[in-house]
Amino acid sequence: MSALTDFATALAAGTIRVIDLTNTLTPEFPTIVMPPELGQCAPFRIEEISRYDERGPAWYWNNFSMGEHTGTHFDAPIHWVTGKELPGNAVDTIPPAHFLAPACVIDCSASAAADPDFVLTIPFVEAWETDHGRIPPKSWVLLRTDWHKRPRKQYVNLLDDGPHSPGPAPAVVKWLVEERDVHGFGTETIGTDAGQAAHFNPPYPAHHYMHGRGRYGLQCLANLDQLPPTGALILAAPLKIRQGSGSPLRVLALIETTP
Amino acid sequence: MTEPLPRPRRKDPLRKTREPLLPQGVRSRTAHGLTAAAAEGRFALQVCFDCGFTLYPPRDACPRCLSARVPFQDVPPEGTVLAETTIRTSTDVYFRERTPWRIGTIVLDCGPSFVAHLHGDVTEQARIRMTLRLDKSGNAVAIAMPAGPTPNQQDDVQLRELTCDPKFRRVLITDGRNATGQAMARAMAAAGASIIFIGIADPWKPYPGEATLRDIQGAEIVTLDITNTQSVADVAGEIAHRVDILVNTAEHPRIGGIMHRHGLTIAREEMDIRYFGLLRLAQHFGPTMRARGADGVNAAAAFVNLLSVHALINWPQYGAFSAAEAACLSAAQALRAELRGGGVKVLNMFTGPLDTEWFQLVPPPKLSPAALAAATVDALRNGIEDAYVGDIAQDIRSRLDVQPKALERELGQ
Repeated sequence: MSALTDFATALAAGTIRVIDLTNTLTPEFPTIVMPPELGQCAPFRIEEISRYDERGPAWYWNNFSMGEHTGTHFDAPIHWVTGKELPGNAVDTIPPAHFLAPACVIDCSASAAADPDFVLTIPFVEAWETDHGRIPPKSWVLLRTDWHKRPRKQYVNLLDDGPHSPGPAPAVVKWLVEERDVHGFGTETIGTDAGQAAHFNPPYPAHHYMHGRGRYGLQCLANLDQLPPTGALILAAPLKIRQGSGSPLRVLALIETTP
Repeated sequence: MTEPLPRPRRKDPLRKTREPLLPQGVRSRTAHGLTAAAAEGRFALQVCFDCGFTLYPPRDACPRCLSARVPFQDVPPEGTVLAETTIRTSTDVYFRERTPWRIGTIVLDCGPSFVAHLHGDVTEQARIRMTLRLDKSGNAVAIAMPAGPTPNQQDDVQLRELTCDPKFRRVLITDGRNATGQAMARAMAAAGASIIFIGIADPWKPYPGEATLRDIQGAEIVTLDITNTQSVADVAGEIAHRVDILVNTAEHPRIGGIMHRHGLTIAREEMDIRYFGLLRLAQHFGPTMRARGADGVNAAAAFVNLLSVHALINWPQYGAFSAAEAACLSAAQALRAELRGGGVKVLNMFTGPLDTEWFQLVPPPKLSPAALAAATVDALRNGIEDAYVGDIAQDIRSRLDVQPKALERELGQ
């Protein structure tokens, strides 16, 4: 039997399960908040075209609008100034094979619960590797914080000095790219970077280093608590927008269950 | 003395809601000179350009010298009641359900005699102040007011038929995040509104004044985002039948013209928040308000738009903003026609720059949000439909009357 046939059989048998890592697109879901004089990412909006009525008697459908970085979404390297010159850096030119990759899930939920400004460091990841093995090359590194379970106000956690949510320190992002050759970095929060990352050096290090080296971002993920530390396969294929900097998408994780 | 208006009891759900009826609403084109004055709360009659005779009712020529030059102009409103009568029944379906209704004959100091509605405190031989008001049909009628203040003057039943007094009415402030929305909520509470629904979009996002907004008498915070059709529909589903006055306080003033704006993102936001926001409110609250135009003491009364006076003529420094405001003005005129059948007024409050962070670079005079809120309450109490608030708005209004092309050039310098 071929590998794909085995895979399909396992899927049908339920020994491979599909976990949805996607938040539902709703108008109420928060988007990133920029200073009001800057350009803003459009939130999700939906308008009915018809609903079995005079506008279309037998059919129901909607028009929707949103930004490329609204809801659960994918960041392409072209999103950041550091990745703007790279080949294959936009959602339409990324090789499609890159949309399937394994994941290492680093559980920071306890630390993030204790400190909303929790910053992931190299020693924290090294401790994780002691338990779960070295991060294999071309893996997604997903930061589990259980942030997706928070009510919206605590999820965004905006204070008068900006948002407070967990994220990676500059050094660990550089190290993940250079020493572990990761595929990309994913979070449950609104961005791949910490809420206060504007004050890091460089600012927004996950964007700076990941996209600067052609790696990807996933944010507003859900259900990372249902994934094993290693062994999940992530399907994350953004919409094919010409020169798109990112896109909302359905993110699925495939995990093997022990019989 | 006018009896103070009793707080309306909760509605008996077994009683049919009274449907809105309109008084006779046909006027000649010339007579709409009175409508124009009433719309702004002015008292204007025709005064013959050639012989100085003051005309009433409106005519196309002066009855004294036959001159056709008979423009409307503001005239002194003082007069004396000659006779009064009380109508106890009528074949007119509108007045039939509003009797007894007092009318009187009044002679104005400036000449003409009127048959006019009488405020309850006005008696025979009394000195009065004549006012023009818009009735439920949207046309001018004259009501003689007491010459000076009297207790509970605003509560008179015949006057209240012509006004949109917030007292005991339930108000929706669509955006309570900004200074104008918060000032408006306070002004409505002070004016005696019984409930003030205050819309807050994205409640996860903090805003100035958040801590004190709830403390306003009668305030009820509702999650409302007028850029989100579903949100407007949901809130309307819950409260549209309890909104007697809707004040759209959503604003999005952004500096910048047309050509040098980099892309359409801001322009889309301007149109979404202002123009499409107005349309969403009109679609989801308008039909219920129209149906409730005669629903007792707290009948639906007014849909209030806060508009930049640059809706009337573009201010290139805020060029795209002005264009969005112009779209809102046009939509408000359509809505006015659509709500008129229910006797619900559309009040447009025209202002110059507000004294907020978004007009930081603009030199004074700037209008404070509190002054705008106070003027809005005033306009509702007087039942007018176009108010020009503050020096800039009044200046633009008068310059538009005189020389619009000169104004266009001057604003563009």
